[in-house]
Amino acid sequence: MSERDLLSGVEAAIEGTPDIGFGVYIHWPFCARKCPYCDFNSHVRPKGIDEAGYLQAMEREIAAHARLTPNRTVTSVFLGGGTPSLMKPESVGRLLELIGSHWQISADAEITLEANPSSVEAERFRGYRSAGVNRLSLGVQALNDADLKFLGRLHNVGEALRALELARETFPRLSFDLIYARPDQSLEAWEAELRRAIGFAADHLSLYQLTIEPDTAFEKLHAAGKLVVPDADAAADLYELTQAVAGAAGLPAYEISNHATPGGESRHNLLYWRYGEYVGLGPGAHGRIVQGDDRGRLATIAERNPEAWMKRVAETGHSVIETEEIFGETAGDEMLLMGLRLVEGIDAARYQRLSGRRFDPARISDLVTHGMVEVLPDGRIRTTPAGAFVLDAVVADLAA
Amino acid sequence: MTTKPLSHIRNFAIIAHIDHGKSTLADRLIQTTGAVAQRDMKDQILDSMDIERERGITIKAQTVRLAYKAEDGETYTLNLMDTPGHVDFAYEVSRSLAACEGSLLVVDASQGVEAQTLANVYQAIDNNHEIVPILNKVDLPAAEPERVKSQIEDVIGLDASDAVEISAKTGLNIEGVLEAIVKRLPPPKGDPDAPLKAMLVDSWYDAYLGVMVLVRIIDGVLQKGMKVRMMRTGAVYEVERVGYMTPKLELCDKLEAGEVGVITASIKEVADTAVGDTITDERRQTAEPLPGFRPAQPVVFCGLFPVDAADFEDLRAAVGKLRLNDASFSFEMETSAALGFGFRCGFLGLLHLEIIQERLEREFNLDLIATAPSVIYKMTLTDGTEIELHNPADMPEVTRISEISEPWIRASIMTPDDYLGAILKLCQDRRGIQIDLSYVGSRAIVQYDLPLNEVVFDFYDRLKSISKGYASFDYHLSDYREGDLVKMQILVNAEPVDALSVLVHRSQAERRGRAMCEKLKDLIPQHMFQIPIQAAIGGKIIARETIRALRKDVLAKCYGGDVTRKRKLLDKQKEGKKRLRQFGKVEIPQEAFIAALKMDD
Repeated sequence: MSERDLLSGVEAAIEGTPDIGFGVYIHWPFCARKCPYCDFNSHVRPKGIDEAGYLQAMEREIAAHARLTPNRTVTSVFLGGGTPSLMKPESVGRLLELIGSHWQISADAEITLEANPSSVEAERFRGYRSAGVNRLSLGVQALNDADLKFLGRLHNVGEALRALELARETFPRLSFDLIYARPDQSLEAWEAELRRAIGFAADHLSLYQLTIEPDTAFEKLHAAGKLVVPDADAAADLYELTQAVAGAAGLPAYEISNHATPGGESRHNLLYWRYGEYVGLGPGAHGRIVQGDDRGRLATIAERNPEAWMKRVAETGHSVIETEEIFGETAGDEMLLMGLRLVEGIDAARYQRLSGRRFDPARISDLVTHGMVEVLPDGRIRTTPAGAFVLDAVVADLAA
Repeated sequence: MTTKPLSHIRNFAIIAHIDHGKSTLADRLIQTTGAVAQRDMKDQILDSMDIERERGITIKAQTVRLAYKAEDGETYTLNLMDTPGHVDFAYEVSRSLAACEGSLLVVDASQGVEAQTLANVYQAIDNNHEIVPILNKVDLPAAEPERVKSQIEDVIGLDASDAVEISAKTGLNIEGVLEAIVKRLPPPKGDPDAPLKAMLVDSWYDAYLGVMVLVRIIDGVLQKGMKVRMMRTGAVYEVERVGYMTPKLELCDKLEAGEVGVITASIKEVADTAVGDTITDERRQTAEPLPGFRPAQPVVFCGLFPVDAADFEDLRAAVGKLRLNDASFSFEMETSAALGFGFRCGFLGLLHLEIIQERLEREFNLDLIATAPSVIYKMTLTDGTEIELHNPADMPEVTRISEISEPWIRASIMTPDDYLGAILKLCQDRRGIQIDLSYVGSRAIVQYDLPLNEVVFDFYDRLKSISKGYASFDYHLSDYREGDLVKMQILVNAEPVDALSVLVHRSQAERRGRAMCEKLKDLIPQHMFQIPIQAAIGGKIIARETIRALRKDVLAKCYGGDVTRKRKLLDKQKEGKKRLRQFGKVEIPQEAFIAALKMDD
């Protein structure tokens, strides 16, 4: 499919979602090793990564998407993966330069890079900072060596601590990830680990419960009964503990699994959850581009395989292999799925404009009665902490 | 095709336990005699409905005429009658068997004789059939033909020394089967010159030809253009087409005594035909109708409702169409507080119910909710009026009822001695009264009188499970008897669900109530709140379970790339919700209405 075929009908809007922002997501699809829990689009290339080829393709990929989104001001860039900290700092610099040459980048734009805390990668932190990265997201995942090993991570706690230290000195903003609800993890052990994590004074924490994803090594172990994760009750207890401990320490949740100091929220991720506009560049990346008039959003999906992605960009000028126009109820569903993850909830009036439908007042009132949902005086609807942990059921109720 | 002399006709049925290879053998016989071109050959030719193929059961009787050139150089006409094998269709089986002179008893050479086979074998013996034992799957390593032969002799009392050993799957010794049919099964008797006397074996609706009637000519000749009388229904029709199945319809001019074939006669509905009826010549009538006729009588009732109320008219059209093809199924409109508009339907038994429900869902693309099956209760009210109750939801106030009576059946159960204790306990638990217990070899034959309402639901399944499939079961309705019956309601989240109400004997209420609550606890998904499930008689709670509130149902991660995938999951969830029924604030999956009644005790 050529760009003409796939993207020719796209009429660029004059502006996207300026009130929410415009984000650029860049996917780096390589890792040094595949973690057993991870179902992201990441690939290991033992014979080496064609970083130059990646940059070359990205140049055309950026240009193609910029044509679809003229006059936008970029409010956030997110370099995710994979492990983008395998990239040379100069490459990150080149990517940011390319973005800047096609779009206006706002002065206070958030530029995040995901990094692993191995010593090799930590050596590049200053380089990334010079290249323009102003927020680092570190994949720490656990603060004890046994669990790091279980999670298939290549670093140990000592390296993680040094990387955190260095990152805090280097970047104005810092986030790191932890995975909890691990097999046999007690409330006490997690509380101690979480308190220690909070002590590292990051402005943002992503605290994910371990999820068994399809087609992962963990799924096979889980299916064979060799990996047992906490049941729903234990998981809910761990979740409640997490909310209480992080909240009391000044890092309240602003999303299901994300905590921040006031103002420390990830602006880029907020863009997703607020159903704003973003382009997705790189293998397997997804975008949501606001189209002209009332034609809703254009969902773009890029070729997943890194080599096929490069080839496709070389041949057609971009990597989009699938598009879908999203409007009406479908757009409403997406807005609910994303927006209700946020503690701030959603604007019911915006939902109505986007979806063309209203919430069933009886449903809302039932959900309120059961303590799952709150309706705020300004008309926003949001989940309660209890509702957040059964969000999929709440969304299904509201969307039905 | 010219009519064969009687000596060159063989009419036979195949009796087999499910999976023992009945349909495969039928396929091979058809193939070997060349009735179906190789390219039209698909497995289980005679099971024409998808449901029949999938479940490996035969619902409608089917017939196929085969021409076989035997070793003696003569060509014989073989009529294979494929019969249903389930107790729900016991009467239909009895008529099919009555239309044949012999049976092939197919037994898996490793599994041996099993329950389902027995009831049908005994029926075949009752119909004076000559029976040829066939050992199938002798090519499998686990085959033990000698053991199974002696089992056939011990259990059934049939001489199995010259049983035919075959493999229907590989086609091994199919010739042997054909020779045995010719040599060992008797030809039909009958007087071609006597007045026409034919048995209506089965009927079905063909979209092009209308109602087709499967007949066995006992005496006389059935010809195109003839005016025939159905002796039981009294209706008179002019015969339009005469033919036989190969299994494709082949037309001919006439069918003579001893032959099996089909006719059409501008009959509007299958309901106008009665299985077991006697067809005779309107101008020259036979003196006596054939014995053994029984009108089709629904014994189990349940409500069928569309999941989406908007589909009611589609359901109306669909039940009407199905009835065209299945006279044993009846329906009338019903309204339920919980389920809206639907139909109260009558069935021959539970398998029949499940089949109809499945056909409605599949062939007519409807989503249905079936309510608890019930029998017909008779009530005398205090003012002296008598009413029939098909639906527990319609039960009058207890104070207005002076007497309730319920249908009873006489059941015959045959079982190897080993399972007798468990079976007697089952019958006792279901309020049975033992009438007789006798032995044939190591097999016990026990007769019980049982209330139909105790049998209607899962008795047959239970019997099969406690006897490992070896017990066979047959029954007929006997009478109505007074019973201490109460209406048990199920309350979900404190609201009564009328579609789950059942009439039970007071002595059974607690056990049934507990079982239903336990079942529903597993069937109703967790909600965002705790749901009490209660069984109650009048205002009194007799059993209670609680479904705990949902505590975790959320994706840990959801970013820009996940929304498409998550939205597709949501679409599935929304689709799934359509199969749930809202009762107050609780959503109940439609399959729960039937599954709640199945007991695992």
